Amino acid sequence: MKETVVEDPKGTEPRAGAKGRKAGGDIAVPQLGLVGMLRWAWRQLTSMRTALLLLLLLAVAAVPGSLFPQRSSAPSEVTQYLKDNPASGPVMDWFKLFDVYSSPWFAAIYLLLFTSLIGCVLPRAKIHWKAMRSAPPRTPKRLSRLAEYGTVTIPAGSGIDAATAVKDAAAILKSRRYRVDLRDLDTDRPSVGAEIGFMKEVGNLLFHTAMIGVLAAIAFSGLFGYSGQRVLVEGETFVNTLTSYDTFTPGANFSDDRLVPYSAQLDRLVVKYDRSTEAHYGQPLDFNATLTVKDGPGAEAETKTLKVNEPVSIGGTNMYLVGNGYAPVVTVKDGDGNIAFQGPVITIPTDGAYTSLMVIKVPDAQPNQLGFVGFFLPTALIDDKGVAFGSDPDPFNPQLNLNAYTGDLGLDNGVPRNVYTLDTSAMKEINSRNVDAGGIVLAPGQSYTLPGNNGTISFDGIKRFAALDIRHDPGQGMVLVFALLALAGLMASLFLNRRRVWIRTGNHPDGRTMVEFGLLARGEDHRLAGEYDALNKALHAKWLVPMEADGQNGEQTSTTDSALGVTAASKDQ
Amino acid sequence: MSEINEGFALLSEQLMLVAGMAYAVAVCAYVWDLVTFSSAVKKGLATAPGTAQQGGSPENGAVLAGVGARSAAGQDLGVGPQDRGVRPSSKTHEGSDGVTAGDSMRYGKEKRVVARVAVALTVVAAVVQGIAVVLRGLAAGRVPWGNMYEFCTTGSFAVAVVFLLVLTRRDLRFLGTFVIGLVLVMIVAAHVSFWTPVGHLVPALQSYWLIIHVSIAVLSSAFFTITFAMSVLQLFQARREASIALGKPDKAPVMRLVPNALSLENLSYRINGIAFVGWTLTLMFGSIWAEKAWGRFWGWDTKEVWTFVIWVVYAGYLHARATKGWTGTRAAWLSIVGYLCVVFNFTIVNVYFSGLHSYAGVGG
Ligand code: HEM
Repeated sequence: MKETVVEDPKGTEPRAGAKGRKAGGDIAVPQLGLVGMLRWAWRQLTSMRTALLLLLLLAVAAVPGSLFPQRSSAPSEVTQYLKDNPASGPVMDWFKLFDVYSSPWFAAIYLLLFTSLIGCVLPRAKIHWKAMRSAPPRTPKRLSRLAEYGTVTIPAGSGIDAATAVKDAAAILKSRRYRVDLRDLDTDRPSVGAEIGFMKEVGNLLFHTAMIGVLAAIAFSGLFGYSGQRVLVEGETFVNTLTSYDTFTPGANFSDDRLVPYSAQLDRLVVKYDRSTEAHYGQPLDFNATLTVKDGPGAEAETKTLKVNEPVSIGGTNMYLVGNGYAPVVTVKDGDGNIAFQGPVITIPTDGAYTSLMVIKVPDAQPNQLGFVGFFLPTALIDDKGVAFGSDPDPFNPQLNLNAYTGDLGLDNGVPRNVYTLDTSAMKEINSRNVDAGGIVLAPGQSYTLPGNNGTISFDGIKRFAALDIRHDPGQGMVLVFALLALAGLMASLFLNRRRVWIRTGNHPDGRTMVEFGLLARGEDHRLAGEYDALNKALHAKWLVPMEADGQNGEQTSTTDSALGVTAASKDQ
Repeated sequence: MSEINEGFALLSEQLMLVAGMAYAVAVCAYVWDLVTFSSAVKKGLATAPGTAQQGGSPENGAVLAGVGARSAAGQDLGVGPQDRGVRPSSKTHEGSDGVTAGDSMRYGKEKRVVARVAVALTVVAAVVQGIAVVLRGLAAGRVPWGNMYEFCTTGSFAVAVVFLLVLTRRDLRFLGTFVIGLVLVMIVAAHVSFWTPVGHLVPALQSYWLIIHVSIAVLSSAFFTITFAMSVLQLFQARREASIALGKPDKAPVMRLVPNALSLENLSYRINGIAFVGWTLTLMFGSIWAEKAWGRFWGWDTKEVWTFVIWVVYAGYLHARATKGWTGTRAAWLSIVGYLCVVFNFTIVNVYFSGLHSYAGVGG
């Protein structure tokens, strides 16, 4: 028997290569040997189902990182979690649940996924490359089996024979941007095959390839980028050298000479709070830092404004305003009357009223080292128990509330200490609510004499500080480019349609010229019916055939269909 | 920074409540439409030719079985070469076949008066809600999406508008109960759980990226809401079709209003495709904004994690539609899971998870 249908009308023809068909997933694994096994594994890995499962696995694997604190973003919370869960914590840590996104198992999933992706894209690209350069497939014998089918009957005496008609049809398809191929011109059943929408598959390939690009660009950033933090008090200057950073995270390929030695001085930080509504009274509205920057030593000074959402870019880095607070200026004189400490003290705001934790360590104090722990309150009120509390973020009634200690600060034995906590285990409390001397309460300009001839502390004034993130990320531009490419590819892939059209003509013995045409979608195509209508109209218009003369989409075409059937049959047998 | 207009804010909240009530009535009408239709179907069955003769039920079953078999054959087309799934792109059936509505989802000739009333009420409610949303924006002097209350009210407005827009092209009135029901839930949640007095934006949100990123996120979520409802119906319809094909009696005649499972799947695939592009943009714009605000475009902040998870789940959904054995029911489940992630991201993550995105404005 001759083949009757060249193309399956539902568009189920092989897409991913004929090779794949033989190795269909349901076949039992024969004895293959090592190479065969590897080939089999590769085929499994690059199958659609594996890709899908890996995608779903990736989604599931990303979730724990949102449930448990992560070292990368909240290291102190991780420490706290480990302290609170001494039994389960270390086990979870072993499973990298606090470093999900840099864990080997997370990496394994996405690396497998991308391997699968490459294994998927390459053969598809090859197939599509060939498809784009080959003629549209041969015309099916029975066009009426296609998803959309129609006919046009050109009346006798119009002077348009089958050959002219098919050329006209080809011209129409060409003007609709189809790629066309005329065939069987020398027979009595000439036809034209046409195809459109190659960009759909190109888009799909572009999307998947660009995803690889995104990953690569992110990896590149990790190698060559760096980031650091610096807290800067009003009046202080930051110079972009390693020693100026409070914390610094270099990429794997970082070297010192990548730092451009620019400088930035924080002139002032102005904070505005909402005073117009009762509901949000005291909510911050604007943080505005004024910087004086120099591109390098001896360069021209320039004034820049740094705000949240508006980073300042300088020397290949971006500088971000990520935090702020108060830095009360304090002078501590020791028992000998010498200035042992003087300057702004960075505090840690703990609430919306900027109730700020404060620690002062005075290792140079003689004869005893001094330490202070307490609060800075921008606007202090006293509650009914006599305890001061902060009630507003603006410094309307600033106050220092401190406890004082003497003794060994523990700074000399080489153990790293957090500057924001004071270890009082080896120290003696000399000022607090628990001892007779009471706590230290200071307003700006006031001074306090410590008991036991330990010196004085004075509160000289208030400055603000800005917490800055400084980043150099050479890969992020590339990430953006690849993301945009992926987006373009995605849209092409989702919204374009790939379809084929065949038009066949024939001369009827009674002088009429019969034209039949069929449309076939490859993949999803809800606009195929619309394309049918447009084509139908164009063909009728071309040959000045009134539209009503023919049936719609094969409904009343039995006469013309059978008429053509006669000629087709006579030709085939 | 402009002054807060408390008068507008109050009016906005009152109008929001009015809209909520109108939606509530509309939902009742949608339900009533389904109920009246279903009882009409039952009556219609009583006079169907099959039951005119005694013992007509087996014959009736056979007829239905025939229909079911045809659509079952349609489902089999989900098998392609290698392991690719292929969905038929041609029509399943144009008009109603007695078991399910036609896949064209165009408005039929018969008048569903109650459904018309429901849609009219929805339009009225949406207009009132639109005014409320605009007033909220005017009251604050900024876009009305800066906290959970506003995400909810503006988001539900977007869902209603998207639904009405889709209605102009396809007869999806059978979805009204579910979609407008969800709108109602969102308004109630906004009012009861998320209410926040109108105020200025905290500095972290003062960026034009708020306008771009959040609006597109809300819009994509609105599309996902509609496909969620369709996927749920698809699951029901698929079970019903299968049981009818086995000759069992039709237990839910109301589902005759609903197109067959395959056409529901095809349409929700198209809508999900649009929504997925929207979500991709949400992700990209979010990263660009994160770069501006926090100095890195991606940091696995909880909100970022969940935006990513949603994106990957829907990417999985799009893949499922092209994977043998994963089209149809499993794809519908993925669409549902994706939407549950959207809801989770919006509610639980915003309210209970700490992170850089903690500006929900709930509880202080
Ligand atoms: C990083 C992981 C991946 C992501 C995020 C992803 C995402 C997507 C998305 C969104 C689509 C739908 C849009 C379109 O048709 O282009 C799609 C389609 C597709 N993907 Fe992927 N994909 C990934 C990996 C893979 C892998 C590993 C394979 C191969 C095994 C693959 C094969 C395909 C195929 C064949 C289609 C076309 C489906 C169709 O014809 O409708 N993808 N992918």
